[in-house]
Amino acid sequence: MKKQKQDNPFNLLPEEIIFIILDLLNRNSLAIKSFSLVCKSFYAVESKHRCSLKPLRQERFPALLSRYPNITHLDLTLCSRVSDASLSLVSHSCASSLRSIDFSRTRLFSTYGLLGLALNCKNIVEIDLSNATELKDSAMAAVAEAKNLEKLSLARCKSITDMGVGCVAVGCRKLRFICLKWCFGVGDLGIGLLAVKCKHLCFLNLSYLPITNKCLSSISKLQHLEELVLEGCFGIEDDSLAVLKHGCNSLKSLDVSTCQNISHNGLPSLINGALGLRQLTLAHGSPVTSSLADCLRKHSMLQSVKLDGCLVTDDGLKTIGNWCASLRELSLSKCSGVTDEGLSSVVTKHRDLRKLDITCCRKITDASIASITNSCKSLTSLRVESCTLVTREAFVLIGQRCHLLEELDLTDNEVDDKGLNYISRCSELSSLKLGICLNITDEGLIHIGKGCSKLVELDLYRSEEITDSAILAIAQGCPGLEMINIAYCKYITDRSLLSLSKCPQLKMLESRGCSLITSLGLKAVAVGCKELTKLDIKKCHNIDDAGMLPLARFSQNLRQINLSHSSVTDIGLLSLASISCLQNMTILHLKGLTPAGLAAVLLACGGLTKVKLQATFRWLLPLRLVQYLESRGCMFQWKDKVLQEKLDPKSWKLQLEDLMA
Amino acid sequence: MDLKDKVPQHPSFTQHQQKWEDPSILDYSTRIGSPFLAFNQSHTSMLSDNRIKAPVQDGVVNQLVQASKVQDWDPSAMLDNLSFLEQKIHQLQDLVHLIIGRKGQVLGRPDELVVQQQQLVTADLTSIIVQLISTAGSLLPSGKHTLPAATPSLEQSGQFGGVVFPSAQGPLNDGFQPQNAGGSKVSGLPNSVDISRKNGNEQNHIIEEHELKDEEDVEEGESLIPGTYEILQLEKEEILAPHTHFCTICGKGFKRDANLRMHMRGHGDEYKTPGALAKPNKESGSEPTIIKRYSCPYTGCKRNKDHKKFQPLKTILCVKNHYKRTHCDKSYICSRCNTKKFSVIADLKTHEKHCGKDKWLCSCGTTFSRKDKLFGHIALFQGHTPAIPLEEAKAPAGPSDQGDGNQSTNKVGSMNFNFSSNVSSESEVQSSTDIKGSIDDPAGYFSPLSFDTCNFGGFHEFPRPPFDDSESSLAFLLSGSCNYPQKSED
Repeated sequence: MKKQKQDNPFNLLPEEIIFIILDLLNRNSLAIKSFSLVCKSFYAVESKHRCSLKPLRQERFPALLSRYPNITHLDLTLCSRVSDASLSLVSHSCASSLRSIDFSRTRLFSTYGLLGLALNCKNIVEIDLSNATELKDSAMAAVAEAKNLEKLSLARCKSITDMGVGCVAVGCRKLRFICLKWCFGVGDLGIGLLAVKCKHLCFLNLSYLPITNKCLSSISKLQHLEELVLEGCFGIEDDSLAVLKHGCNSLKSLDVSTCQNISHNGLPSLINGALGLRQLTLAHGSPVTSSLADCLRKHSMLQSVKLDGCLVTDDGLKTIGNWCASLRELSLSKCSGVTDEGLSSVVTKHRDLRKLDITCCRKITDASIASITNSCKSLTSLRVESCTLVTREAFVLIGQRCHLLEELDLTDNEVDDKGLNYISRCSELSSLKLGICLNITDEGLIHIGKGCSKLVELDLYRSEEITDSAILAIAQGCPGLEMINIAYCKYITDRSLLSLSKCPQLKMLESRGCSLITSLGLKAVAVGCKELTKLDIKKCHNIDDAGMLPLARFSQNLRQINLSHSSVTDIGLLSLASISCLQNMTILHLKGLTPAGLAAVLLACGGLTKVKLQATFRWLLPLRLVQYLESRGCMFQWKDKVLQEKLDPKSWKLQLEDLMA
Repeated sequence: MDLKDKVPQHPSFTQHQQKWEDPSILDYSTRIGSPFLAFNQSHTSMLSDNRIKAPVQDGVVNQLVQASKVQDWDPSAMLDNLSFLEQKIHQLQDLVHLIIGRKGQVLGRPDELVVQQQQLVTADLTSIIVQLISTAGSLLPSGKHTLPAATPSLEQSGQFGGVVFPSAQGPLNDGFQPQNAGGSKVSGLPNSVDISRKNGNEQNHIIEEHELKDEEDVEEGESLIPGTYEILQLEKEEILAPHTHFCTICGKGFKRDANLRMHMRGHGDEYKTPGALAKPNKESGSEPTIIKRYSCPYTGCKRNKDHKKFQPLKTILCVKNHYKRTHCDKSYICSRCNTKKFSVIADLKTHEKHCGKDKWLCSCGTTFSRKDKLFGHIALFQGHTPAIPLEEAKAPAGPSDQGDGNQSTNKVGSMNFNFSSNVSSESEVQSSTDIKGSIDDPAGYFSPLSFDTCNFGGFHEFPRPPFDDSESSLAFLLSGSCNYPQKSED
C-alpha cells in the first residue's frame, strides 16, 4: 500500500496541475465523483478545487460546506426549500469566498437569511432571486446591504415595489445587471432612481413592468447600458420616445417585443440614437413595413433581428434587404405575409446569415428554400417547421448546399428519405427535429446515423414509420446523443431501448405511446444511461414495476418522470424513493395505484417538488398529509381529464388540420 | 399704490399687447426668448422706478431700435392710431350688441336681415384689419415680445372654436369675437406680422450687444415680461389686515365686497354705473384692465421691487401668503405632531389633513406624503435610502414556515445577524432634518395651477415655472445646511 503511494505519479504533480486536470474533467460530474473516491489525497484535492456546488437538499449543507471550503458559486435550484438557518450556515461557511448564489427555484428563506448573507459574504457579486414571489421590500433592503453586488435577478418577485428597488438602487451602486421582469409592483419611480443611482448598469430587463415614458429619459442617460429589454411594456408609447433620440449610444441589444403602443412612428426615435445596435427584437409588434424597416437602414453594426409574430410586408422585407448591415441572424417565426418574393429579396442580400427562422411561414414554397440555400451557404441554424407548401424535393437542396448546419428543424414537413440522405452530409448537425414527418422511414435515418456523428438532439415525435433499425443506426452513429423523442412511433420495441442504452450521455428519453416497449428495455436504458434526468413513458402499457426497480437502482440522476397510463403500481413507485433527486412526478391513470400506496410514495420521496395526480386522489388522501407535503415544498396539480381515445398519427394530423381550418 | 397715475401712456399700450397675446399665452410651452427680456429689463426699470433712472442708456437703446425700421416712430402718432382702432372696435361692439339685443325680434324675420348685418360687421372688421395692417409697423416699436410663439398650438385652435390661427395672429383676437372672424378674411395677415417680427429680432441683436449684463440678470427664469405690467406695493399693515376683498386697481383691502364697490367709485366714472355697483355677475370684458403685479414691502426680499432679480407676485392673496410665510412668525403649531409651524392658517389646515399620514419614509427620518417626493429626495442625496416600514420587516417569511423548526436546531447558534444596518444611516438624521421642511414645501404655491385665482378681468397669466423649485433643490445640493425661507436670502 505504502509502496503504491510512492509510485503514484500524482504525488509528484503540483496541486495546480491537478487542478487543471480537474478543470478538464469538470464537464462530467461522474468522472469528478470517481476521482474523489480514489484515495484520501484525491478527495482532499477535489474538495479544495471545487468552487461551484449544486446541493440537493438543505439537510446536507453542514457536511457539504465543511467538505468544500472554497465554494464561490452556490446553485440552490435543486433545493426547493432553504431555511434562514441553512442560509446563515452558508453565509458563515463561505463568508468571503462566495461570489454568486442562485435562489431561483428556492423558497422558505426570508429577509433575515438574506440579510445575514449580504452582511457576511462581502464579496458576493451575483444573486438570483427569481420566482421569490413572497419576498417583500424588506428583503430588498437586506439585499441592498450587499454593497459589491453586480448582478441581480428579481424576475417574478411580484411583491416588491418601488421602495424595495429604491433600496437596491441606493445600496448596490456597482450593479451592472438587473432583471425586473414581471415585478408588477415596480414603476417609474423605482426604475428612475435605479438609473440615477446605478451608473454602471449595462443590462436592464424591465419586461412587463407598468412603466411609462417617464423613466426612459433617465435610462437613456446610462452611459454603459448595452442591453435593454422592454418586452410587454404597454405603458411606453410613441409620443415621448423622442427623449431617447440622443441617448443610449452604448446600447447593443434592444427588445421591444409585444410593446403594443410603440409603432413605426415611435421606433425611429428609440432606435436612431443607438447606432451601435447589434441585436433588435420587435416580435409581436407593429407591422414591419418599408417605413419601419427604413429607420434601420444605417445601422451598420446590426447583426440580429427578430420579428417573430409580426405582419411582414414584401416591401418591408425588401427594405431589410437594402440595409447596410449584414445580418447574421434573422427570425421571421410565425410572421404572416412572408412570401417567396420578399424572403428571396432578404436572403440574396444578407448572404452571411448564420441563423434563419421561418417557422410557420406558410406561404413560402420551394422557391424560397432554393434562394435561401443558394445565397446563405454558411447557415448554421435553419428552422422551417410547418412550411406546408414546401415539397419534398426542396429539402434535398438544404443538404446539398448548407453543409455547416448545426441545427435543423423540419417538424411537420414533407421531407422524405431522399432529403434525409442529402441532409446527412451536414456533418456538424447537432440538433435535428423530424417530428410529424410522415414521409421518412428507417432508410433516411440510417443515412443520418452514418453522416451526423455529432448529433445531440433528435426529435422523431409521431414519425410513425420509424422502426428499431433506425434507432440502432442513430445510437451507433451518434454516441453523444443526449435527447431523443420517439413518442408515438408505434413500431418501436425494446430493441431500440437496448441500442439507446449504448449512449452514455443520454439525458432525456421520451417514448410516449410506444406500447411495444417493456420493462426489459427500460432496464437496459437505466443501466446504460447513468445521466438520465428526464424520462417520459406515458402510455407505455407494458412497463410495470419490474422496470422501476432498475431505474431506482441505477438512474440516480433522474429528476423528472412521467408514468401516466403505464402498468406501474404502488410498489414500483415506492422503489423510486431511493432516487434522491427525483423532483417531478406525473402519475395519472395508474390502475394499480391505491391511496395508501400513494401516501407512502409521497412521504418516501422526500425531494418531490411537483406531483401531477388525478383529482380523485385529492379526497382520498388525508388532508393533513397533503398539507404536510405542501409545507415540505411539494406542489400538487390535480388533473381531471377524461381518458382520450388513442389516435393513429395520420388521423391525428387530419384532426389537427381540421382544427386549424 | 398710486403708481398708475405716474406711469404715462405705457400701461394702456402694454395692456393691449397683453390682451392680444392671450391665445399664445395659453400655450404653456411658450417661453419668451431672453433677448426680449434683455431689452425689456431696461424698460421695466423705467416703469417701476418712476424716475427714469438711466435715461441715457435707454435713449440709446430706443434710438437703435427705431433706427432699424420705424425711424419716425412717434408715441403720439401711435396713440392716435390706437385710439382710432379703439373707436372702431367700440363702434363694432355697439353694433354687435345691438344685433344681440334685437335678436329676439329677428328670430321671426327672414334671413335677409341677418345677412345684411353680417355684411355690415364684415365690412367694419375689414376696415379694422386694414387699419391694423397699416399701423402694424408703428404699433410694434418694442413689440417684439408680442409675438413670442410662431408655432400654432392646439390649445389655441381650441380657443377659436375650430378655426386654426397661427399664433402670430394673436393681436386680432381681442378685437374680434371669434364667431365673427372669418378665417379666410385674415389670411393675408400673418405674413406682414411675420416680417415685422423678423425685424424685431434684428433689433434685438443690436440690443444684445449693449445690454449683455442685463440679460444675465434676467436669466433667472422669470417669464413675465417686465414692463408689461404695473407694480403695486401694499404696506405691511395692509397685508396683515384681515381683509378679503381687494381693489384690483390700488390694492386696498376691505372686509366686505359692498365697501369695495363703494371704494371703486373713486377710481373713475366707469365704476359709477348701476351695473358696476350692483352685485358683480360677470366681468364686462370691454373694460380696459391693466395687468398688475405686486411687490413685497420687505426690503431685500426677492419679491421686493427694488431687488435686483425682482420677481413680482401675482395677486394680493399671493402677497399676503408670501409675506406671512416668509416675513412673519410661524405662530400656528400643528396640534398633532407639535413640530410643524405655520404662519398661514390654511397651511396648517392642509398639513393637519395629512399629518401622521406621511407613509413614505427616508432613512434620514424625513417623511413624505407622496412617493415621488421621497424618490426625488433620495435621488438628490447621497446615502439616503428608502426606509421599509418596520412591521413589514418584522413579519415572518411566509405562512409555510412550519415543519422546519427541527432543521434549524444545530446551527442556529451561529446566527448573529447584524440588524443594526439601518441604524448606520441614522447618524444622518440629525444633520438633515432641517431639510425636511423645505422639501415638503409644496411647489404649487406659485405654480401655474393657481391661474384661476390670478385671473385679472379674464386675462390669463404668462406661463411661469413653479416658483423656485429647481433653484431651491440646487441650493440644497450645494450647501449642506439650508435655510428654508430662502426667498428672503438676501
